[in-house]
Amino acid sequence: MVAIDDGFEALLEPFYNGKKLTDPISTKEDKYQLLPAFLKVKGLVKQHIDSYNFFVNTELKEIVKANRFIKSDQEEKFWLEFTDIRVGTPTRNDYSDIKTRNDVTPMECRLRDMTYAAPVVVDIVYSRDRKKIIRKDIPLCRIPVMLKSAKCCLNSATNAEMEIMNECPLDPGGYFIIGGTEKVILIQEQLSKNRVIVEADEKTRGVSASVTSSTHERKSKTYVVLKKDRIIMQHNVLVEAIPIVIVLKALGGMSDYEIMELVAGGDARYQDDFLINFDEATKAGVYTQQQALEYIGTRVKMGGPKNRPFNMSSRRSPVEEGLDALANIIIAHVTIEGLDFYPKAIYIAMMVRRVLMASHNPKLVDDRDFVGNKRLELAGQLLSLLFEDLFKMFVSSLKGNMEHFFKKPNRTSTYDPVGPISGQGAYITMGLNRAIQSGNWTVKRFNMNRAGVTHVLSRLSYIAALGMMTRISSQFEKTRKVSGPRALQPSQWGMLCTSDTPEGEACGLVKNLALMTHITTMVEEAAVKRWVFSVGAGVEILRNFSGTEMHKPGSYIIHVNGTPYALTRYPKRFAHNFRKMRRKGFINPFVSINLSEHFSSVHIATDEGRICRPYIIVKDGKSMLKPEHLRLLQLGKASFDSFLVNGVVEYLDVNEEQDTLVALYETDITQKTTHLEIEPFTILGAVAGLIPFPHHNQSPRNTYQCAMGKQAIGAIAYNQLNRIDTLLYTLVYPQRPMVITKTIQLVHYDKLPAGQNATVAVMSYSGYDIEDALVLNKASCDRGFGRCQVFRKYAAELQKYPNGRRDRIGGKEKNEDGTVIAKHAALDDDGLAIVGYQIHSGETMIKKETPIDQSSTGIGTDRGPDEFRDASTNYRIADPAYIDKVFVSNTEKDSAIIKVQTRQTRRPELGDKFSSRHGQKGVVGIIVEQEDLPFSDAGVVPDIIMNPHGFPSRMTVGKLFECLTGKASVVHGRRDYGFGDAFRSHPVEEMGKVLIDHGFSWEGKDYLTSGITGEPHEAYIYNGPIYYQRLKHMVQDKMHSRSRGPRAILTRQPTEGRSRDGGLRLGEMERDCLIAYGASQLLLERLMISSDGTEVDICQQCGLFGYKGYCQTCKSTSQVTQMTMPYAAKLLVQELISMNVGVRLQLEDEFPHPQHA
Amino acid sequence: MPRKPSQAELEQRNIVGIEAEVVTNVTSTDYPLNYPGEDHSWDIDQFRDNLRIKFHQNDPLEASFSLIGVDASIANAFRRIMIADIPTLAVETVFINNNTSVIQDEVLSHRLGLIPFRGGRDGLHKFLKWWKKPTDGSSTEGTHFDYNTVLLSLNVACTHNENADEDETDPTKLYNHAHVYAKDIVYEPIGRQTKYFSGEDAIAPVNPDILIAKLRPGQEIDLTMHMYKGVGSDHAKFSPVATASYRLLPTITLLQPILGNDAKKFAKCFPPGVIGLETVTRKEAAKKGSGYEGHEGELKAVVKDTMKDTVSRECLRHAEFKDTVKLGRRRDHFIFSIESTGQWDSDAIFLESIAHMKEKCRRLEVQVVNMVR
Repeated sequence: MVAIDDGFEALLEPFYNGKKLTDPISTKEDKYQLLPAFLKVKGLVKQHIDSYNFFVNTELKEIVKANRFIKSDQEEKFWLEFTDIRVGTPTRNDYSDIKTRNDVTPMECRLRDMTYAAPVVVDIVYSRDRKKIIRKDIPLCRIPVMLKSAKCCLNSATNAEMEIMNECPLDPGGYFIIGGTEKVILIQEQLSKNRVIVEADEKTRGVSASVTSSTHERKSKTYVVLKKDRIIMQHNVLVEAIPIVIVLKALGGMSDYEIMELVAGGDARYQDDFLINFDEATKAGVYTQQQALEYIGTRVKMGGPKNRPFNMSSRRSPVEEGLDALANIIIAHVTIEGLDFYPKAIYIAMMVRRVLMASHNPKLVDDRDFVGNKRLELAGQLLSLLFEDLFKMFVSSLKGNMEHFFKKPNRTSTYDPVGPISGQGAYITMGLNRAIQSGNWTVKRFNMNRAGVTHVLSRLSYIAALGMMTRISSQFEKTRKVSGPRALQPSQWGMLCTSDTPEGEACGLVKNLALMTHITTMVEEAAVKRWVFSVGAGVEILRNFSGTEMHKPGSYIIHVNGTPYALTRYPKRFAHNFRKMRRKGFINPFVSINLSEHFSSVHIATDEGRICRPYIIVKDGKSMLKPEHLRLLQLGKASFDSFLVNGVVEYLDVNEEQDTLVALYETDITQKTTHLEIEPFTILGAVAGLIPFPHHNQSPRNTYQCAMGKQAIGAIAYNQLNRIDTLLYTLVYPQRPMVITKTIQLVHYDKLPAGQNATVAVMSYSGYDIEDALVLNKASCDRGFGRCQVFRKYAAELQKYPNGRRDRIGGKEKNEDGTVIAKHAALDDDGLAIVGYQIHSGETMIKKETPIDQSSTGIGTDRGPDEFRDASTNYRIADPAYIDKVFVSNTEKDSAIIKVQTRQTRRPELGDKFSSRHGQKGVVGIIVEQEDLPFSDAGVVPDIIMNPHGFPSRMTVGKLFECLTGKASVVHGRRDYGFGDAFRSHPVEEMGKVLIDHGFSWEGKDYLTSGITGEPHEAYIYNGPIYYQRLKHMVQDKMHSRSRGPRAILTRQPTEGRSRDGGLRLGEMERDCLIAYGASQLLLERLMISSDGTEVDICQQCGLFGYKGYCQTCKSTSQVTQMTMPYAAKLLVQELISMNVGVRLQLEDEFPHPQHA
Repeated sequence: MPRKPSQAELEQRNIVGIEAEVVTNVTSTDYPLNYPGEDHSWDIDQFRDNLRIKFHQNDPLEASFSLIGVDASIANAFRRIMIADIPTLAVETVFINNNTSVIQDEVLSHRLGLIPFRGGRDGLHKFLKWWKKPTDGSSTEGTHFDYNTVLLSLNVACTHNENADEDETDPTKLYNHAHVYAKDIVYEPIGRQTKYFSGEDAIAPVNPDILIAKLRPGQEIDLTMHMYKGVGSDHAKFSPVATASYRLLPTITLLQPILGNDAKKFAKCFPPGVIGLETVTRKEAAKKGSGYEGHEGELKAVVKDTMKDTVSRECLRHAEFKDTVKLGRRRDHFIFSIESTGQWDSDAIFLESIAHMKEKCRRLEVQVVNMVR
């Protein structure tokens, strides 16, 4: 086989199961070949990259274009224009012309704690002495570069090039590197913008239509509410709700009759309901547009939108205020051209109509949780929001700089904007970096303040990283107790993974993309609008119609991105023609169209963030995918995109999906079928795709595995040994699973696996296997089963101080006899640990020293001491480790950075956690000698014994299948037997037959002999290979005990937590138990003696604390006695006293001395 | 006079029943006072008469034999001793002078430890003694002698192969020592070891082609190793066997004759050679009550070689054979299979296990005597 070196060789090897070029192709069996072809162009991480590419290539230019002019208020002749903006390739920040190479690789950024960013340059034109000056390539700022995006040096790199750059070819990319840490901008789920959502309020039984208008300038929400039979409009900018008729009147030029027609059409029901609203206007005395505008204008919040220029006095007339609000703020996304308010009137009337319809038929309300009403925000969109904000700020600060310059009465030079641009541009760099670093997305003009948008990319295992890239986080409040947003939506089918969601509070709110999902980027609306008229079917622009005609039965309004745009009498023909054009490639494939008969409307969507996926087109009961297509694909002569323009496949978003009839298998196709699924198992995502036979498992088990697969220790990436991560787990001998799925091959889990094929016997053994505990074979552990490595990073930065002093690395300290002190045994002459040295707790790894004098100026006599203080990094873990790497470099700030990586190799021990791929986790209960374990006739001894009680209640039949299938493929030596794809039929009977042929029992249960007694077991034992994952939870990291130890300074109570060698808390409930039991002495010991008991002197006369037997208040020793009390209580008393709260302690002898009584 | 069980009865007791879903009659019952009125006290003469050992295969690395006439506990004891108690020599301490390969020191050491070695039997089994690690954690200096430590070294550096083809992509041809194999380990005899381990008897890996590590130019492995004697119960690398196990001899009893196509099907339920197909002879057909009456010339199933049966119980799955066949295994017939890792001959391991067993018994005897006293 010829290896094609582009990192996609497995995908280009489209025919698995040993199929050869000459073998016949059946579309039924082999149509899944479209899946690798799809993944090559779209899917999984591609959406992040596409979105980022769209941002840097298109959106960035749009943003600059929209804010390109700067004019001076002081100097009227001066102006400046940004004509272009470009993003370069990533470079080092410490850029210099002297160096021949300034381009930087991601690995260098990771190691040197740098930011992987590219310079952004602008072209400007400005005036100087009535001349136009053109300047090009002025550095503006630096923008973080997404890995594997168009600007990244990994873009289209071959495997060999990747290797040179120390990069893993299987790494998904799609994340950023900020200050050396990998950051992912999670996909954000939101309710769609600029679409009307109609909801019914259960309590007030009112109906409301709302729309979130989002434009480049602002974001606002407008409501049209039906309350007590009256319809009103609400908006943030309005101090009170305004009767809808007044709004419609204000929009001008319409008689009452026209308004009525626009809203209700000819339908008497709606007319009757709407009629009452006219009274509201009459009551308010509003009859004309002027009056209406005045009415609205007086109710617009003063100040209106912020940042209103000063000279435009706020003393505009109410009419102007009203006009401005209606034109620019309310439903802002419907733009007003030339004061033509009719489109907006149509829009509002449409909202009113929707409200009326919903009040008549409660079924006509929208479902917020419907996936078609959701939009996914990706890195590109979020960055563009942020960048636009920062750029606007930049423009205003540049202008400030300009005004400051022009304010000078007599200038010596002309204004040169180049310096200020680069200077002010640094704020953009900082803003972007800070946002990605902290995850706080603050966009002032939208009043947006989101936290937790970015996360550190989890590198626990390859799957953890991959799973993070497909994760979708919801804006929904986690604490609210509503089930709707968390529930599995039928429209999620094929778009979002049905299994992969966390348990607990984020359950159902955090989702994952399915395997074939794609998220759309923005498509130019104008071109699509032109096509609306070109496809025929009697389409005319809506502007030309009155309400009567619009709502005539049989008339369909064509909405483009939610806004009514045109009218047609032949919606079906229109949609058909439109789709035809799209399938031919004239219209962008990601533009969707769908019909709504309830609302007599056609919806065309071109906006970004819609979830879609490909389907095979079916025409006249025949699949358009023919064997020859697959043959072309196999020969590498066709790509997925070519099928797209040939009308073989097409993308449908969730809304358009509603108009289709999709056949799951080719055999299900009927005359009515419109589409065919490419492959049923794509309803699962990448992480759930690891599970063999998931369709035989109880559904929550698959969900559990999705969570655990991310904790499995295994291979992280091909460059795992070059990385210096804070914490890195690797498996010494990872194995490809015996039973795999096609998803595993597609996501390359077979190349970076996280687990081992263990021979498992399902039986009870020794009693140390209750509650899911596992019995491990000691000989297996000796031979390397479950052996893992833990790498830890210790870093130190050598800082410089303003007074010129700097941190340094000190040498080894010596004893009097000249030997090196024990603490520095690991150090080399350079003050850093020796690579390969076994380091023990307490030993120094980096002997950093900081100057004591950090603040003196060093001028004249102001000099501090020259001494240094020890600030070394010590190894603090009880178990020893080896020094794996020592790394010395310098950061972008030109201070030296030192990283030391330690390594531990661990064999499984009691209490370590293991899990199979079916949500069946368990800890090691006992490790048994090989000779004590049962053995089969062939001498096979299990690696793991699992208790059979794990099966009945969990119902993980998939695990049994995995075992049987794995066993059959092992004994027969056929890898291709080991496929456990979801929703594909699997010949289990054949597996049984293979077992019989090799002398095993057909059902996988074998005769086993006890290793202890030497006699046979009375039952046949189910056994075979099952893929087991070692999870990151290990006893060594959790084991903790303390008898004596450190105490907190303030309270003198034992510290908390394992990392501080803390005590184990006897909590409130435990205390209650002791009280109830009457164990008073134990209680005293736990809460006082073993905690913070202190001897205090108390004066019985004044009730205050004394000291050394003497009361300072009473000036006497006579009444002072000693007693023991918790230090915390003593502290409380003193704190209260310090706050002027009198506290007196009255003592009493509970057991008085008989003589004194 | 104790009651004497009939031969059939004894036979019956000696069979472990193989049913479709359970194994019956798994424990031996021939001990005193189990059967009223019967004498089952152990008798050395009887034992001597019954005990038989028959070898089926005897290769250095693999042996198979039948041990007949002992209790499961005895057979199992041998098996356990073979796995865990017979000492072998394996790499235990690795002194790494330089290791610039991608494989970490401790993983490399682990791999080296698992490599099985061979050498002169005399030296291995008689000359070499135990090395005891000082338990108080004091220095091991001065504890290593020629009779308890074997010194090995591995010194490999990878370089570019100047003679390689320009467009060569195979790393093994492109570089020298791209792969480090077990054969690269050098044995360094010390003292009297030259007497025991020279020439053919030199200490060397059993399989020279075990891959230890992969190197690239500029990388180097330089280490010395100490081998000590150890037992499998300490670490699996000291186990002299890859595995040692036994199975019981299967029995197949035909309760009724199986004829014609059924016979063919029946034969297919077993591995080849277990069930033979013969034609019913006239004599058999003539015999009354044999079940063959009137079936002359038809095929019948006969049990040929139960040794080859893997006891898959396949025949019990088919309803037609349900009452015609009875499966079982002989309780006192152990078919041992010993796979040596190469340091011992496979049959010697068994003999050694007997020696070990005797030794253990002798030690126990002292204890028992003490106890009684």
